[in-house]
Amino acid sequence: MLDFVQQLVSGIALGCVYGLIALGFVLVYKATEVVNFAQGDLMMLGGFFAFTFIGILGLNYWIGFAGAIAAMALFGMLAERVVVRPILGYPQFSIIMATIGLGYFLRSIAGIIWGTDDLKIETPFSQGVLRIGSLVLAYDKLSVIAATIILCAMLYLFFNRTTLGTAMRASSENMLAAYYMGIPVKRVVSIVWAISAAVATAAGVLLAPITFIHSNVGLVLGLKAFPAAVLGGFGSIPGAVVGGVLIGVIESMAGFYLPQGWKDVAPYIVLLMVLLLKPEGLFGHHTRKKV
Amino acid sequence: MRFMFKTDYEDDIKLFPHGGYIVTYGILLAFLAVAPFVLSSYLVSQMVFVFIYATVGVGLMILTGFTGQASLGHAAFLAIGAYTAAYLQQYNVPFPVYFLVAGVLTGVVGAMVGFPALRLQGIYLVIATISFAFIIEEILARWESVTHGNEGMRVKALQFLGTTVSRDSPSFYFLCLAVLALTIVGTLNLLRSPTGRAFVAIRDSETAARSMGVNVSLYKVKSFAISAAITGFAGVLFAHKLSFISPEMFTLQLSIEFIIVILIGGAFSPHGAVLGAIFIVMIDPFLTYLKDDVPGMIAAVAAAFGAGAEMAAKIQSNVAAFASANGLKGAIYGVIIVLFVLFEPLGLYGRWLKIKLFFQLFPLYKRATFKRQKIYVKSERNR
Repeated sequence: MLDFVQQLVSGIALGCVYGLIALGFVLVYKATEVVNFAQGDLMMLGGFFAFTFIGILGLNYWIGFAGAIAAMALFGMLAERVVVRPILGYPQFSIIMATIGLGYFLRSIAGIIWGTDDLKIETPFSQGVLRIGSLVLAYDKLSVIAATIILCAMLYLFFNRTTLGTAMRASSENMLAAYYMGIPVKRVVSIVWAISAAVATAAGVLLAPITFIHSNVGLVLGLKAFPAAVLGGFGSIPGAVVGGVLIGVIESMAGFYLPQGWKDVAPYIVLLMVLLLKPEGLFGHHTRKKV
Repeated sequence: MRFMFKTDYEDDIKLFPHGGYIVTYGILLAFLAVAPFVLSSYLVSQMVFVFIYATVGVGLMILTGFTGQASLGHAAFLAIGAYTAAYLQQYNVPFPVYFLVAGVLTGVVGAMVGFPALRLQGIYLVIATISFAFIIEEILARWESVTHGNEGMRVKALQFLGTTVSRDSPSFYFLCLAVLALTIVGTLNLLRSPTGRAFVAIRDSETAARSMGVNVSLYKVKSFAISAAITGFAGVLFAHKLSFISPEMFTLQLSIEFIIVILIGGAFSPHGAVLGAIFIVMIDPFLTYLKDDVPGMIAAVAAAFGAGAEMAAKIQSNVAAFASANGLKGAIYGVIIVLFVLFEPLGLYGRWLKIKLFFQLFPLYKRATFKRQKIYVKSERNR
């Protein structure tokens, strides 16, 4: 029983990681209907920025964290301006390819600049564990869970309660109509990329003690975060986190109870089954197109 | 310019619209026929890879370019073809038999993927095909009694009609060429048949196709099966060419390369698949060449502009260090993909058509002829 609870908790922690990255996917998708395959790589880049500020320049952890988030928000806007804006309005597949290209580019540039070793950031959460009975929880994992909950709640409120959030939802439904209604669609898209890059950076920095930072970390985790986002029904913020937690728990349970090899495929098998039964994901909406 | 008068439907669907085509393709075929005896063995070997990639490209084009169903899982189909060949070969099954079995088996698997894919659109389909490819990769790594797991499998040289066809021989080159040529001709014939028209109708508007009486589900599954089968045939050749296969060859990376083949070539014509395949196979040697020779050239240019010998040497070593940096290839890849998506969405073949049209219509060419329409209104979610 204790094994089960321990696996469940570590699965939830892992799932929050996926959820945190999936949040970035969902944000961009929700606002612009663009699927950003480079999201994981934005996270990786955010981690490297934080490493530069904290590890190399020796800034305080929190200042470095904030600096990395600000820098990446700017970078997100830049990426949107250069890669995404010219092809907005073209079929989704072009944009997927463009972001795959962006991901390639970021990975190899990061590899050239920061080398290929695993880097580590000293954080206030690096050491120490919380004991509840005989259950052991590391602070770094707890920090991820807490951050996921806070970010998810903030983004949810932002999208549903603020004017800017409403503008984002409107421009995702119908860009042209939103434009006619006086919403500055281009600026909205640019802001949403900045937010999503900032969320990615937060994920990257919080993950640094757990997964370390290397140029492929974004690719590996991004591919796991994808099923999470799809499971939650790509356009839903709470869905992303629920999907992430599901994937994380499935993965850690499969790793513990099933033979070797199932751990890596179990999330994808579950994903395929969910897509078969409910193609729009657990929290998605389904609508039919008129001719 | 040439004016073509079409008086009946047969004229419209001719494979060679006019005699010029026969001349050009004749010259191309003649060149390809003498190539293995004239070119260096390295180039011939690269050409074999071009043929194999182009075959996969044509297969993927049927699915993605003509039926509009994106797939990032074609590496898995290639793997199924390759592993079927390697497995059957152990039991001395003759080549023509396992070649066909591999294609048919992959086609059946493709249809099985096609059924669940019926309900999926856009990004969900992409994710589903990625998941499928991951699962196949893991099965290949774990099903050790058949696939030998991560140790991989050796593939013996091809036996055909009692002779051994080594993977570097001209015979193997011609085999790959023949498969590619048959695939292209078959695809062109398919596309001018009702099946092909149905594919294109589904791509352009599923709802409209359905209301015109096209059985959307049936044709989507057909498209998946045909595309997978072609990829399976290519997989057999791929296994023989490499003579060793293991699960880590058939990763997402390879699927992305196949997509790049049709993206860079142009996803609307088999010409595009061939051009894209040439690009993807030749970019590695080309980058190696740049890495070796460009630093020297830059240093020479610097010297010509009056830099001292010491300065020039320093520039040369710096440029060389940059060029040999680990992973520069990925950056160049990424930039090329982004540039193609942004500036030449029709690919290399599209560029060729534009140039051709420019000269045909000389003073009257309009850029807007090829302009794609941007759609800001429709949300793909509501398709």
